[in-house]
Amino acid sequence: MTEFDISTGNKTVSKAALAAAQARSLHEWRPVGGNLVTKPFLVLAALALVGVILMLYRYASGLGAVTNLSDGYPWGIWITYDVLVGTALGCGGYAVAILVYAFNRWEYHPVVRSAVLTSVFGYSLAGLAIFLDIGRYWNGYKLFLPWTVNFNSVLVEVALCIGAYVVVLWIELLPTLMERYPGNARAVATRQRLERWLPVIAAVGILLPTMHQSSLGTLMIIAGHKLSPLWQTHLLPFFFLLSAITMGFAVTAFESILSSLAFKRPFETPMLGRLSVCMAWLTLVYLVIRFADLLLRQAPVFTSGFLSVMFIVENLLYLVPVLLLVSPGLRQDLRFLFLAAVSMLLAGSLYRFDAFLIGYNPWPGWHYFPAPAEIMITLGIVAIELMAYLYFVKRFPVLPAEHA
Amino acid sequence: MGLSRRDFLKTAAGSGLALASNLNPAPVLARELVPRLPDALGILYDATLCIGCKACMAACKKYNHLPPELSTPNSLWDDPLDLSAKTVNIIKLYKNGTGLAKDQEINGFSFVRRFCMHCVDPSCVSACPVSALTKDPKSGLVRYNKDNCIGCRYCQVACPYNIPKFQWDQAFPQIVKCQLCDHLIAKGGYSACCEFCPTGASIFGNVQDLRKEARRRLSLKPGEFADYPLQRVDSQHTTRRQVTPYLNHVFGEREGGGTQVLMLANVPFDKLGLPLLPPESQASQSETLYHTLYKGMIVPYVVLGGLFYLIYKNTTGHDLP
Repeated sequence: MTEFDISTGNKTVSKAALAAAQARSLHEWRPVGGNLVTKPFLVLAALALVGVILMLYRYASGLGAVTNLSDGYPWGIWITYDVLVGTALGCGGYAVAILVYAFNRWEYHPVVRSAVLTSVFGYSLAGLAIFLDIGRYWNGYKLFLPWTVNFNSVLVEVALCIGAYVVVLWIELLPTLMERYPGNARAVATRQRLERWLPVIAAVGILLPTMHQSSLGTLMIIAGHKLSPLWQTHLLPFFFLLSAITMGFAVTAFESILSSLAFKRPFETPMLGRLSVCMAWLTLVYLVIRFADLLLRQAPVFTSGFLSVMFIVENLLYLVPVLLLVSPGLRQDLRFLFLAAVSMLLAGSLYRFDAFLIGYNPWPGWHYFPAPAEIMITLGIVAIELMAYLYFVKRFPVLPAEHA
Repeated sequence: MGLSRRDFLKTAAGSGLALASNLNPAPVLARELVPRLPDALGILYDATLCIGCKACMAACKKYNHLPPELSTPNSLWDDPLDLSAKTVNIIKLYKNGTGLAKDQEINGFSFVRRFCMHCVDPSCVSACPVSALTKDPKSGLVRYNKDNCIGCRYCQVACPYNIPKFQWDQAFPQIVKCQLCDHLIAKGGYSACCEFCPTGASIFGNVQDLRKEARRRLSLKPGEFADYPLQRVDSQHTTRRQVTPYLNHVFGEREGGGTQVLMLANVPFDKLGLPLLPPESQASQSETLYHTLYKGMIVPYVVLGGLFYLIYKNTTGHDLP
């Protein structure tokens, strides 16, 4: 059951073969259909509108007008939520691609498309958030000039790599978009060409997140003493990478269950169960190394006051999916799969907040809590993301086709 | 499946070996600590000489064209409460108990001057993605170029002293920090704060001379009379005064890889609001880890090759339904 047929390298494809490919694909994925403009869609549109108005205000009046950012806390929720958590939630495409293409587990192939779709929006809107956050956005092109770019800067790796991955994700989504126009010869030809390039695209699509998700952790090494020893470690890149992959599995399961509920479609329980087991094993590896590192560094796990509480909550959330999914019985129960996924998403998100905001203290006297306008802009971005998702699953063959 | 898994393990082992061989000689790969430049320029601030007159603050604002910060209710004086995008140099006060005795930790007080330390191995320069912050190869001064800056504020996250400040109230903001009056140095002058310091608490000069001067002061006996240069370390103008005790610590000689601004005081520096940093700079920690992973892009290319091989095998070897 593969969408891609690499072995047919000939350029002229017969009509019969095309029709067969189309039928095969429709067998695997189908648009949900139905009305686009529903009540939830309108609520999202209202949120998006408020967000966009506040974004315009930010460009007119500066960052101080809409955010509570300060010289002590120069990075707030736009970086921590929109970029760090947003791209980790966008790791579904990455995590599933590792399973399908690198580990040859084609049973997960049906969820590839919806995973890639969430990744496209997670990453594209993280890119938008970066443009809102940087103060001198008109100089952004300097990142691409060889005589200004600083290759000692971890942020360069993160920025270039995320930028490149957004492009790769859209390329990965292209076949889905092309399929909507089966009669269009150019769309069909483009699809055929993309399919021949699949090994390259998929390999780059796995390499790039491996690089930048780990580098997001490396970013904080240079903050040194400003980050609490509960999070400041040379293993930051490793923890960020591993938790991004587990969050990728979790978001795929989460999204599959929610869209089955929302569009009244059958659940993919057995497959999600196996996916969640992969997640649980990786989480266990993460926890073992995390605690070994803390022990070796003799980090003040229980004596850091509020930070200790946040640390314990974070790691309890990590523990939930491990405990839930070790027992084979619970794995077949959709409620526990959902609970495990939600817990994993919260754990990874809290880890990112802890490592960038909560555990970060530049010097006593500085405080940060996001301003209402700052939160509204983030909600607006999330609303745009959800609206785009709804549009694509209803109009394009993204979700797995229902099998009688 | 079995074959593919074996292939995967083979490739994974290959990549792992490449990665391990890259990681293993970590001390060899570790970025060398940056040595001090022979012609580095800096400032020696001696808190025991400082009388808190803030002449340096007034001079700094004047010569760097910075606006006043009116924090008092009647808005009469430039009275900044902390460093900001409008204030790149500030005199602060440490006070304990009765606060009567100058330069004493208990029941005493001490002034402390805060401004850019001009690190030997600056975090901000390492962090800046677009080389908007650079270290002068001769004078070692850390400068800001707004024409490159994208306003990402990673320099603020990276700086252990929280020195770079951002214009939060501007639609077209800049980073603002002390550049040691490099515009005056270019014209043969020197930092305004030192030129206008009446007591010699801040003196400008070559960092090697400043270190010698700092060491000389630490070797003086409290109670005896000694000469202290005014304005510049090589100045002919000196002031004669009775030596007061010093803490045996030149802040900036080793902290975070060393700084070109050196400080003397008799109150522990962490009490004065300075972070106690390890001798290794944060920039070298970050770059060592980062360049170990990305040295010559070898590891990424090996991983990419392995992935391509695997995916090619997995996609072409797979039968159609």
